[in-house]
Amino acid sequence: MLWNTFLLALRAIRRNLMRSILTTLGIVIGIAAVITLVTLGNGATKSVTDQIASMGSSQLIVVPGQRSGPGGSDGAPSFKMADIEAVRAQIAAVSGVAPVVNKAVVVVNQTKNWLTVAVGSNADYFHVANWTLDSGRIFNDAEERAGKAVCIIGETVRNHLFGRENPVGSEIRVKNFSCEVVGLLKSKGQAAMGNDQDDVLVMPLRTVQRRLSGSQDIGRFMVSVQQGASMDAVKEQLYALMRERRKIAESGEDDFRVMDTRQIAETLTSTTKILTALLGAVAAVSLLVGGIGIMNIMLVSVTERTREIGIRLAIGALENEVLLQFLIEAVVLSALGGLLGILLATGASVGLASLMQVPYIFDSSINLLSFVFSALIGVVFGYFPARRAASLNPIDALRYE
Amino acid sequence: MSSEPLIRFSNVTKVYGQGQVTFQALKGIDFSIAAGDFVAIMGPSGSGKSTAMNILGCLDIPSGGSYGFQEVHVETLTRNQRALLRRHQLGFVFQGFNLLSRTTALENVELPLLYRREPAAQRRAAAYVALEQVGLKGWEHHTPAELSGGQQQRVAIARAIVTQPSVLLADEPTGNLDTKMSQEVMELIRCFNREQGITILMVTHEPDIAAYAKRIIRFVDGKIESDRRNEESL
Repeated sequence: MLWNTFLLALRAIRRNLMRSILTTLGIVIGIAAVITLVTLGNGATKSVTDQIASMGSSQLIVVPGQRSGPGGSDGAPSFKMADIEAVRAQIAAVSGVAPVVNKAVVVVNQTKNWLTVAVGSNADYFHVANWTLDSGRIFNDAEERAGKAVCIIGETVRNHLFGRENPVGSEIRVKNFSCEVVGLLKSKGQAAMGNDQDDVLVMPLRTVQRRLSGSQDIGRFMVSVQQGASMDAVKEQLYALMRERRKIAESGEDDFRVMDTRQIAETLTSTTKILTALLGAVAAVSLLVGGIGIMNIMLVSVTERTREIGIRLAIGALENEVLLQFLIEAVVLSALGGLLGILLATGASVGLASLMQVPYIFDSSINLLSFVFSALIGVVFGYFPARRAASLNPIDALRYE
Repeated sequence: MSSEPLIRFSNVTKVYGQGQVTFQALKGIDFSIAAGDFVAIMGPSGSGKSTAMNILGCLDIPSGGSYGFQEVHVETLTRNQRALLRRHQLGFVFQGFNLLSRTTALENVELPLLYRREPAAQRRAAAYVALEQVGLKGWEHHTPAELSGGQQQRVAIARAIVTQPSVLLADEPTGNLDTKMSQEVMELIRCFNREQGITILMVTHEPDIAAYAKRIIRFVDGKIESDRRNEESL
């Protein structure tokens, strides 16, 4: 019985091809919209959290002054190398302390040049800032102490000066001196704020201070915390130590700040989560609209179908057989629409994700949820008008205009 | 053949509506029909002939009295039992053809066999034969919209007889057809009566269509006015 009824349902679908396509289309669009939007939202969230992870998950950044933003040091003094040594010596839970001096420089390799940022730091910098090497090595202690002209370059700098060639061992000109490239950093991609993290060149601190900045000042420093140690405790200790070293009176205000990457991460993540939820809401509305479309088509076709039901009943179909047929039709159309919708959504998500440079993440729950929802609408609104028609007297159903 | 007639109406009444506003369409009808007969039911509109036809076709049940079909009391059957009776014993031809639109002649004719769960090969073969019998060989894959009225009614007849029913019920089968097509359709119906012994019950208001029948029952105002053998039909 099931097979025969299935056959009847398939014939009815083929018979009303246009209506079938329209019904399916409603489901396809609804499902595809929801899945695509939510998938892209998830991808964006993932991309933000990945970038935050690439910054180093447990680092503290100490900057002079109270205001944030560039040039915001409001006259507060910079740090000195002695501050770095003091932090390393007096706070037990730190795993690395890296001074950072930034200087914009033009770098030249033969005919190619590029404006980038030179970072002067120490060997700790690489693990504190979460860098790994693609090839070559970092500078050694001797080079660091002597302020040798050696550098490790980021992927963007390599692309502009060397193309796809291996830069390790080459000499490049930085401002007015020649510098040996000893290492290449592994690419991190864009930062959460949209700037290019790979557009960088790392040198020993002393090299930058002597040859580029011309002062002993250290603009800021980064501190990484040992695994399992409390970030908040280290933060407290940093505040206490720096207040003491900078001779701030008991009642005086801090003239420096300790920023916590965790807080930045939390803010950014919650922002993208809100955006994802918003996109999800928009998509849910489109699913609902799609559902209403399905409902309309199903209800409108009932006039024609009432006569059809009358014919079927008159030639000996049982009420249950007619209902089963309509149910199968609705299930087949809804399931087909659901599958096509998922396929379309997958294609669109993968395409848009690569266009927007966010990762594509398959989310089975949203696929399932939207599939079930639209299938349910299709089945319910396909089934109930049919049930009403099938319960009519065959004669009344035949006369239905 | 048993002495019991195929169909027996005993004091059948039918009342429409409830409470104050009721209309008695049938006011106590008695007749019986033997297997193999060809009966035309005539009468002016409102005379109850269509009501009687619906009851005969098990599409409706009487309000009172009893309707015996092959000694089964139809008025005691459930909706589904009546559907099964229609499926296995009855064939219908309607004034408005009532074919499934956008469906080929072949699939329309196959439909009752699908409900009888005949295997696909037999179903198809039987449908081809039925269409050939009504003279539509070569038209199997045309949809109703591509067929003339007479052809559509012949598809409907093929659909009604493909199950080899004991009774063919025809409700104004020529009502939507011109004279020439009407004659073709009536010849076809008479042929199934004569050659396959299918009992025909036909409602019509046209005397020249009723003339094809062997017996003519005339309804007036919910009662039988006359019931006579039609000698000219032979």
